[in-house]
Amino acid sequence: MCLAIPGKVVEIESNKDHAIVDYGEGTKRKANISLVDVKIGDYVLVHAGFAIEVLNKKEARETIALFREMLSFEEVK
Amino acid sequence: MFSLSDKKLGQDIVSKIKKEKIKAKFMHVCGTHQDTIVKHGLDSLLKKCGISISQGPGCPVCVTTPLEIEKMLLLTRNGVIVTSFGDMINVPGEYKSLGDMKAEGYDVRTVYGIEDAVKIAYENPSKDVVFMGVGFETTAPATAATIISNPPKNFSIFCCHRTIPYALKAILDIGELKLDGLIEPGHVSTIIGIKPYEFISKDYGIPQVIAGFEPIDVLMGCWMLVKQIKQGKTFVENEYKRVVHQEGNIKAQKILNEVFEPCDMEWRGFPVIAKSGLKIKKKFECYDASVKFEDTLKDLENKELHEPEGCLCGELLRGLVSPFDCPLFGQACKPETPVGPCMVSVEGSCNIEYRYSEK
Repeated sequence: MCLAIPGKVVEIESNKDHAIVDYGEGTKRKANISLVDVKIGDYVLVHAGFAIEVLNKKEARETIALFREMLSFEEVK
Repeated sequence: MFSLSDKKLGQDIVSKIKKEKIKAKFMHVCGTHQDTIVKHGLDSLLKKCGISISQGPGCPVCVTTPLEIEKMLLLTRNGVIVTSFGDMINVPGEYKSLGDMKAEGYDVRTVYGIEDAVKIAYENPSKDVVFMGVGFETTAPATAATIISNPPKNFSIFCCHRTIPYALKAILDIGELKLDGLIEPGHVSTIIGIKPYEFISKDYGIPQVIAGFEPIDVLMGCWMLVKQIKQGKTFVENEYKRVVHQEGNIKAQKILNEVFEPCDMEWRGFPVIAKSGLKIKKKFECYDASVKFEDTLKDLENKELHEPEGCLCGELLRGLVSPFDCPLFGQACKPETPVGPCMVSVEGSCNIEYRYSEK
């Protein structure tokens, strides 16, 4: 139910309420973007036809490295 | 870019947890977490590390009550076009589901999202169209945004939206389970942020971690909980920083507050939980199906409805039993012949357990 899928905003409609989101492998769908502030090229998380958040590319790229760091430095005392 | 895959990291997290020699009981409240846990065998992996983990009331379709479903059945009988998500349509009320009504020729439509339901209303101007709005904070903003977008007047919403923090409080207040940590749902948290969970750690002395949905996220979430327990700390930690911001989605919160107000609500398996539901504000009551069809629905208000006989969904939603404890599981109750909602919904524990144990 709370499943949400990430995709890239490739086009914003003139009414500014909807955008075309590219989920990869040729799948493009319209999504409502009235709950977020987005521009073309942003990645969004889409749930039941609505973009609910803009994704943080930097955080995403660094997640694994961050987790590794936490594991190696944060020994439980 | 947004999926995490690193087998070695997963193994490292597990061995870290194992080293702590802990015995703990965690609860999460999300079908997508349960899917990740069962699909990747994390439950048995974590058990070997002393950690048991159960789903709790984390499936919006499953916690919807028989009364809410019966009300939708009554509306279809009165010529209203009822729309909802696929899973919801297949959950039985006292005897029948909306899907059964559809098979009998009543107008019930499955939609992917609320905007599809609005489209049906535009296409059928002479009919009333009701969207059965189920879902937690992840889904409720879409309903709110649709209400303020001025949909046609033959469209209304039967609001079954529920919110997570006070349901967690209810679990802890009931006290049937001694929980050592809570894994909070990543996409609910995307909307609400961290603050709404804080009173739980403060008042109940329980660690919480907001986690994502990859196996690594769930394992890391467990490790963070273990760490808090070992260090004697209790606070809300965010494992899913690549998606969840500290303050949540403020734009969505504003729309939610404009359209809804908190209300007391019954959850399947629970008594009425204070402040755990969302009610459409008076200003927008022309879109509130419970107001629009008040006269039709009032006959059901005092009707005593029974849960399906032998079904343990209520106990399961309170985290007291596993699907394997239910005598109906896999016997009388299967995805093609579901008895309770937890076998209908792909987010329900029984459906998830059945799907992955089949293979």
